[in-house]
Amino acid sequence: MKLTVWTYEGPPHVGAMRVATAMKDLHYVLHAPQGDTYADLLFTMIERRNHRPPVTYTTFQARDLGADTANLFKTAARDAYERFTPQAIIVGASCTAELIQDDPGGMAETMGLPVPVIPLELPSYQRKENFGADETFYQIVKSLATPLQKTAHVTANLIGPTALGFRHRDDITELTSLLADMGIGVNVVAPYGATPADIARMGAAHFNVLMYPETAETAARWMERELDLPYTKTVPIGVGAIRDFVAEVAAFTGRSATLDDSRLRLPWYSASVDSTYLTGKRVFLFGDGTHVAAAARLARDEMGFEVVGMGCYNREQARNIRKLAKDYGVEALITDDYLEVEQAIEALAPEMILGTQMERHIGKRLGIPCAVISAPVHVQDFPARYSPQMGIEGANVIFDTWVHPLVMGLEEHLLHMFRDDFEFHDDAGASHHGHKAKLREMNATPTPEPEAADQPRMETGVAVVWLPTAEKELKKIPFFVRGKARRNTENFAAERGVSEISVETLYEAKAHYAR
Amino acid sequence: MKDVTETGRGCRNAPILKERGQREVFCGLTSIIWLHRKMQDAFFLVVGSRTCAHLLQSAAGVMIFAEPRFGTAILEETDLAGMADAQDELAREVGRLLERRPDIRQLFLVGSCPSEVIKLDLEKAAEKLSARHGPHVRVINFSGSGIETTFTEGEDACLAAMVPTLPETEERQLMLVGALPDVVQDQALDLLGRMGIGPITVLPSARADDPVDVGPNTVFALTQPFLGETHAALTRRGANHIPAPFPFGEQGTTAWLRAVADEFGISDETFAQVTDAPRARARRAVAQAAEVLEDKSVFFFPDSQLEIPLARFLTRECGMQAVEVGAPFIHKDLVGPDMDLMAEGPVFAEGQDVDLQLDRARAARPDLTVCGLGLANPLEAEGLTTKWAIELVFTPVHFYEQAGDLAGLFSRPLRRRALLRTEAAE
Repeated sequence: MKLTVWTYEGPPHVGAMRVATAMKDLHYVLHAPQGDTYADLLFTMIERRNHRPPVTYTTFQARDLGADTANLFKTAARDAYERFTPQAIIVGASCTAELIQDDPGGMAETMGLPVPVIPLELPSYQRKENFGADETFYQIVKSLATPLQKTAHVTANLIGPTALGFRHRDDITELTSLLADMGIGVNVVAPYGATPADIARMGAAHFNVLMYPETAETAARWMERELDLPYTKTVPIGVGAIRDFVAEVAAFTGRSATLDDSRLRLPWYSASVDSTYLTGKRVFLFGDGTHVAAAARLARDEMGFEVVGMGCYNREQARNIRKLAKDYGVEALITDDYLEVEQAIEALAPEMILGTQMERHIGKRLGIPCAVISAPVHVQDFPARYSPQMGIEGANVIFDTWVHPLVMGLEEHLLHMFRDDFEFHDDAGASHHGHKAKLREMNATPTPEPEAADQPRMETGVAVVWLPTAEKELKKIPFFVRGKARRNTENFAAERGVSEISVETLYEAKAHYAR
Repeated sequence: MKDVTETGRGCRNAPILKERGQREVFCGLTSIIWLHRKMQDAFFLVVGSRTCAHLLQSAAGVMIFAEPRFGTAILEETDLAGMADAQDELAREVGRLLERRPDIRQLFLVGSCPSEVIKLDLEKAAEKLSARHGPHVRVINFSGSGIETTFTEGEDACLAAMVPTLPETEERQLMLVGALPDVVQDQALDLLGRMGIGPITVLPSARADDPVDVGPNTVFALTQPFLGETHAALTRRGANHIPAPFPFGEQGTTAWLRAVADEFGISDETFAQVTDAPRARARRAVAQAAEVLEDKSVFFFPDSQLEIPLARFLTRECGMQAVEVGAPFIHKDLVGPDMDLMAEGPVFAEGQDVDLQLDRARAARPDLTVCGLGLANPLEAEGLTTKWAIELVFTPVHFYEQAGDLAGLFSRPLRRRALLRTEAAE
């Protein structure tokens, strides 16, 4: 038993719903009690879908438990077939139905429905949403796809995009055009927008583009083995990754590695002098493994940030992220405990968080800017505008998205120079953000904020005390670098066995860490 | 304006269409979203699955990150296989929780579908934990599981579980029952207080130490129509129910107050003195929104059990025509007075088979459909104007000063549809 306040992933049957809802002419019969229909609103409200997810819930109640929940399932499955006449049906159980062991898969098979019925085994008490999506997509592909003659033109399948995914809709468009530039067509996009008949055609492609390993890696491996479809290993988020991706595709297809980068603006935007202030910004990364790995490379190599911590919530990617973290010289945080992530962020005091919508709330609480790079996402992460993460336009979008939460170049300097100005100070917030600036009384001295760090710290084993004058001097440093200055000074002091930090120590440390 | 005492032929004995099938409704756990804000020193610990945790953070459509006073003890494989003693595991998690949150005075262990199916004895757990953590912390259990409760029935189960723990009193008193937004509760207490009615106690109270007691001289008025079990539990404690229409709209509020005032022998003169001004205000406010609603048809999908009292309000005070009024349950003891006041005509449906009900809604093409979040956007996309039902539970809508807001919740979607234009100007 484990106490959870917020979860990064839903149960595995929600993953199955993400696949079913993304597809067309597929229906999901879910053995589940009343209340599990809440999951519909994830799709109709958060993603603003204009149709109900294609899911029939058997809706058993306490009084059915002693009686005949199995029959309830059969009736629901038959009614669903007759009403929706799908090309294929997936059947499974939610967490409660798993306990009553009705075997929906077995029952559905004996019903003689005239379409393929694909049973799902999703262990609710061991696995989570991403597993559910990955396993469901794999089962559908395994049941319906067969080896086929390859298309005359070179084509690829785009695999992995689902309903409720982070920018999946726009990533599909971007990659389709990127492949078109190389003279490569798209055979099937799946599960997003695919019918079961489309799934059956997947074997005609020449290779698979694995867009999101979280939701399609198992299917990709199976198709590699059974349908002779190699799959791409690079996720084309960020300029370097796009180039690697293009090289990978060129190697599969024998085509030249063409990349039309005439619309690519990230490298120049990053190189232009206005971006100098981005140098060494301390960022913390958290999300699903795939997006975190891509963001780490982009943050360090293309934005010039310093990655001070990274982690992922999906254990399936733990190994990758641990390895990557080592390369970046940081500790990987593999957890789905929101409170642990909050603690890690608080301790590292980064200048920006690149995370999920959960970290957006952590950032709000701690006063740290945050940009979203990964699911789980909320309604504002489904923008009306075209806003991919992958490909050329994805890189441009990411540059803007990551810069937006920060205080901009000259403004940062002015804050530093005149930080006691009554209407232009730390608490006023970045001037390009919409919220109301908090003005100070014109003649009031800034009130010293009580900070936990006023207490002696024991982090490094040595108790370090800030003398009042040093503490005052520290507060002259703008808030967005104050955390870094405080940590650096304390580490500097601790390493030298200094137990009291004076103004002198502060500037000694500043000189020591100067870049 | 028709007088509320005019009866005519109401709907109490109208035939009820009982349906059984897929239900597009929340389970009782959802009530925790507002209960945990209402009871400020209470923590709601759901003993359940990842699905329960996911529901709680998704249900309201928003996440409340300001120190939530609810959480889920997620059952794992080892708990199910009997490898770990669930009671010990629970005791450990509760111990940790109370250590981290010493401000918690009431802990609710909330049963879920999985905990009910594996027959985890939360009553026993609550007793043991009360003995260990009492008297500082009182531990109570109730079920919010989907196999036993629908949406607002979670609040009912919670309040019903509290009733046996209330101290006994012989005092003649009024109890208001139901978790209301603070602003609404204060208005109700003020109106009743000015009539000279008292003492008044409220269930649930904001804090564990606020005295709430009950006994044979307690009379109680429900402020929500979904409190059937709580009604029964209070009756078992000897308290007497004051049946009344629910206090929605000017007429509903007046009828509800009148019933309470009659119980306490308040004169017509005093009643008029206290209510005349807010009544007039409420009428004016409702009339404004009602201009848009007049003669429009409305179709209710079952959701919170507020459907019947709200249909009464919309048909009597806003001039709407009810096509179908669906409710998860119809407790005539509670909503009978509202049904008495409704003109014959609408279909009353209890339970749900969502696909069949959608067929009926599509055939009727109502001007306004009141439904849950899972159905609203799909129906909008089909050209039907909808009102999300959950907002009716999350917004202050009771009593006089909110009557106009209540009508406004229904008129806004209609006004919005009329407003939006994206075609060329020609």
